[in-house]
Amino acid sequence: MTTPPAVTNAFSGRGSGHLDRLRGASPGLVLAWLVIALVVLWAAAPALFTEYSATVGVPAEKLRPPSPDHLLGTDALGRDLFARIVHGSVHSLSGALVAVAIGLVAGTMLGLVAGSIGGLVDDTLMRIVDVLLAVPALLLSLSIIILTGFGTINAAVAVGAASVAGFARLVRADVIRVRRSEYVEAAFGSGGTYAAVLWRHVLPNSLTSAFAFAALQFGSAILSISTLGFLGYGAPPPTPEWGLLIAEGRNYISSAWWLTAAPGLVVVAVVLSANRISRAVGRSTP
Amino acid sequence: MSRYLISRIGQALVVLWAAFTLSFVLLQALPGDAVLIKFLNPDFGLSQEQIADIRASYGADRSVTAQYLHALGNVLSGDFGYSIQAGVPVRQLLAENLPATLRLACLAFLAAVVLAFAVTLLSTFATFAWLRSAIQVLPSLFISLPVFWLGIMLIQIFSFRLRLVSVINPGPWEALILPVATIAVPISAPLAQILMRNLDAVAHQPFVTVARAKGASRAFAFWRHVLRNALLPTLAIAGVLFGELLAGAVVTETVFGLNGIGALTHKAVGNQDAAVLQAVVLFCAVAFVVITLFVDLASPLLDPRLRSKTGAPA
Repeated sequence: MTTPPAVTNAFSGRGSGHLDRLRGASPGLVLAWLVIALVVLWAAAPALFTEYSATVGVPAEKLRPPSPDHLLGTDALGRDLFARIVHGSVHSLSGALVAVAIGLVAGTMLGLVAGSIGGLVDDTLMRIVDVLLAVPALLLSLSIIILTGFGTINAAVAVGAASVAGFARLVRADVIRVRRSEYVEAAFGSGGTYAAVLWRHVLPNSLTSAFAFAALQFGSAILSISTLGFLGYGAPPPTPEWGLLIAEGRNYISSAWWLTAAPGLVVVAVVLSANRISRAVGRSTP
Repeated sequence: MSRYLISRIGQALVVLWAAFTLSFVLLQALPGDAVLIKFLNPDFGLSQEQIADIRASYGADRSVTAQYLHALGNVLSGDFGYSIQAGVPVRQLLAENLPATLRLACLAFLAAVVLAFAVTLLSTFATFAWLRSAIQVLPSLFISLPVFWLGIMLIQIFSFRLRLVSVINPGPWEALILPVATIAVPISAPLAQILMRNLDAVAHQPFVTVARAKGASRAFAFWRHVLRNALLPTLAIAGVLFGELLAGAVVTETVFGLNGIGALTHKAVGNQDAAVLQAVVLFCAVAFVVITLFVDLASPLLDPRLRSKTGAPA
């Protein structure tokens, strides 16, 4: 992939050059990495960031606005909101990882089978992919959830399953391209078995765009998981899952704005950062 | 052309048939059907025979193949079965809830188009470079906002802080302002992104340079030559956008307490009412296929370059 031309246009008169853009974008990228690193640390060692419990509150201190004691205030049960957000990061991050892994693995398998076997198998699989792409991801996830029931893992699986079709389509296109290349022909010619050539040559060379897509999928997986959590299909209370935090804070929007604003801003920051990083990754991969 | 038309319609029908079959396999053929979930509940105090009778009346006791053929025939005649939870035909539920959601979706779509245009034009014509780059970031921000959170924040800001939009007993149109804005913001993001990318690509085409060299002003070249050429590819995502509008309605109608397909879907999942969800999913697939087909057929009419395969490359 070549570097895309600098954004903007012939109409500004003062087109910004590629270098300007790099210089302008880098701080954003650094910030994005910092946000993700911080959230990963929250998930790995929440005790380092807060001494409050995420699930046990002090009823006397309920609905306190943000203060030095409680950085982001407390909720209706007197639980520290910052502590709940920090402890909740592990649910969102692991859920998104599971979702992306499911999409990547299942989608790659499907794409590899369809692209390498071809013919009727390819046609059948790709029509199924067409169907899956015709239905919005949220409704696909809901269709899975109505079967499997509610829960953290179920929500993650549902989000992952909804992204399988996108992965399959990308991988299939790459497999078909790679299969026609000379080094694959050479590998067959030098006596490689079908499975071995597929595994050693076709698969590794067909994953580039799938990985870039996976990076992009991470941000939207966090969004989808928080949406399912908000709708009440994810982790049950009192789990401090981010979407659930916002759903619980909804009852207090007139009196305690911080209960909805803070977790939402965290989700936005993480998703923005993940998307920013994935764009940088997608651009630098050849 | 008619041959092409027939093959495209045939493809669309195959996708729809596959959509029905997939949803049937997923939602009905798996063990533990909705009838059992509802009536095995000890609160009903039903005997095994009574449950067997109920299952027979819903047709749940027959072989999977018979159920499949029966359901396929029903769907073809517009019958989506009964909502297990509400006890009314799914068709009736859909018909009751569709107008509200369509109104919400259409208004949201219009608002999204306006917003996308505003963002795109500002990112092209704003006076200062820093302002242009700030506006170019907006679509990536819009796409990162959780829809439900955006809705809550809009209520928070416009209803509770600024008291501009009343949430208690609002008028019929006043009640739609915030939900429409909530759906429109994320929908406008991909539109604006595609528009910006196309504008950028078209602006570097030789014919624009020619038009400018012949004395066209910047604005004239933009409106007359660039915009027209950049608009067409946005049609390609129309089908996807419709689905996103419906998905946005699921969340938005829940947040704002509105009635519609979205709220119906939310309730159906909570009650494991598979028939309702299946009907909504099928409706989405049909809408997507029809819109995509329409766009494919309309594109050559709008762009003469697409009419013959031997013409100049786009």
